[in-house]
Amino acid sequence: MSLFEKIGGEDAVNAAVDVFYRKVLSDDLISHFFETVDMDKQMAKQKAFLTMAFGGPHNYTGQDMREGHKHLDLKEEHFQAVAGHLQSTLQDLGVAPDLIDEVMAIAASTHDDVLNL
Amino acid sequence: MPTLKFSDKSYSLNDSETILDGLLRQGESAPHSCKTGVCQTCLMQVVEGEVPPEAQKGLKETLQSQGYFLACQWSPSEDTSVKLPGLEDTAISASISEIRSLCHNVNLLRVTPEEGFSCVPGQYLTLVNSDGVARSYSVANLSHQDSYIDLHIRTIPGGVFSNWVNEKACVGDQVHLRGPAGDCFYIAKEGKDTPLLLAGTGTGLAPLYGIILDALSQDHTGPISLFHGALKEEDLYFVEALQELDQTTSNFSYFPCVLNGEEGAFYTCGDIQEIVLTALPEDKKELRIYLCGGPDFVNSMKKKTFLAGAASQNIYSDAFVVRSSE
Repeated sequence: MSLFEKIGGEDAVNAAVDVFYRKVLSDDLISHFFETVDMDKQMAKQKAFLTMAFGGPHNYTGQDMREGHKHLDLKEEHFQAVAGHLQSTLQDLGVAPDLIDEVMAIAASTHDDVLNL
Repeated sequence: MPTLKFSDKSYSLNDSETILDGLLRQGESAPHSCKTGVCQTCLMQVVEGEVPPEAQKGLKETLQSQGYFLACQWSPSEDTSVKLPGLEDTAISASISEIRSLCHNVNLLRVTPEEGFSCVPGQYLTLVNSDGVARSYSVANLSHQDSYIDLHIRTIPGGVFSNWVNEKACVGDQVHLRGPAGDCFYIAKEGKDTPLLLAGTGTGLAPLYGIILDALSQDHTGPISLFHGALKEEDLYFVEALQELDQTTSNFSYFPCVLNGEEGAFYTCGDIQEIVLTALPEDKKELRIYLCGGPDFVNSMKKKTFLAGAASQNIYSDAFVVRSSE
């Protein structure tokens, strides 16, 4: 069974996206990066990200990650804040600790691309 | 730089410039309104070229298969040839059966389609007048039961279409309807006993009124609360009808809100956003929220109600875009 299946697949993504996005939008350190006009589009992006982090099917490449974040001038603290919200979302939803570790490892693998290092 | 052929003339397109932007930049007049791929006013048909799927999003399959696309959503990288859609393929004719003033700046326009035009209250359609000017309006009645469609047209100072309604349009005139589009409407299978909260400003009342009639006609039993926001008292409309509905329907409540109003009147004074947020029920898990009106109001309320605990999939919205030029 893949990580994505173990964690609950698309249903898990749908359950996580509201919790995760609410945490992100409520965090003054990073909320301004997410305040685009269209919440629906932002929501779709968050779903795509969570699907990838949950080990699901995705089309992201390291290059996409780099291009998509380059203009934001992100710092280590911003990356850590988002990662923290991801972790606490999974904890809120009662995901098993070993699965959370796997998800956090996938998220951590995007670190250098997201921060354009 | 790709070349664009349109109406027997050639235009150049800049890198990643949409067909609509390219035509407008070079002085060509092309129908358009929202420029975000929603209103479908900029519908065109390809003559030569490969239409990308994103430029056909939301179009009916019959239109997609004939190469129709939205000019605001396609930035060709190859030479392309396009044309305006013929009304006969894409629109059905209708006649104006009533024009009535609802308040100092809103008219009700009732149109009767000459053939079947299937739309759900809360969706919007594109109305094309006899001068070929097209605008999108929301369906404000039980269009699938009535033989006509009611639209609320707000008069916009200098607005070509709304002034046509005000000054030139007559009962019996022929118009064309295109669409419908939009997914802001009542869905009974999502639960008839869930609370519904509807909030809108100005003619945002049109789709909300349609949605309420639809919900009641499908025997929705959960509480239905309507908040209608206006700047001044005289901007409110349908007040008597909504008050009567409030009194005769046990699960419907009407809350008119006026920003610059007087205390002690029949409405609540204040900002509709704050009034709605304080009125949100304790349990928001099942709450379905409908937001219609200006984009600032709709986008801000989407975020605020979401942060207050409403589930994103239960927030339905339709942001009106007012065309700025002309």
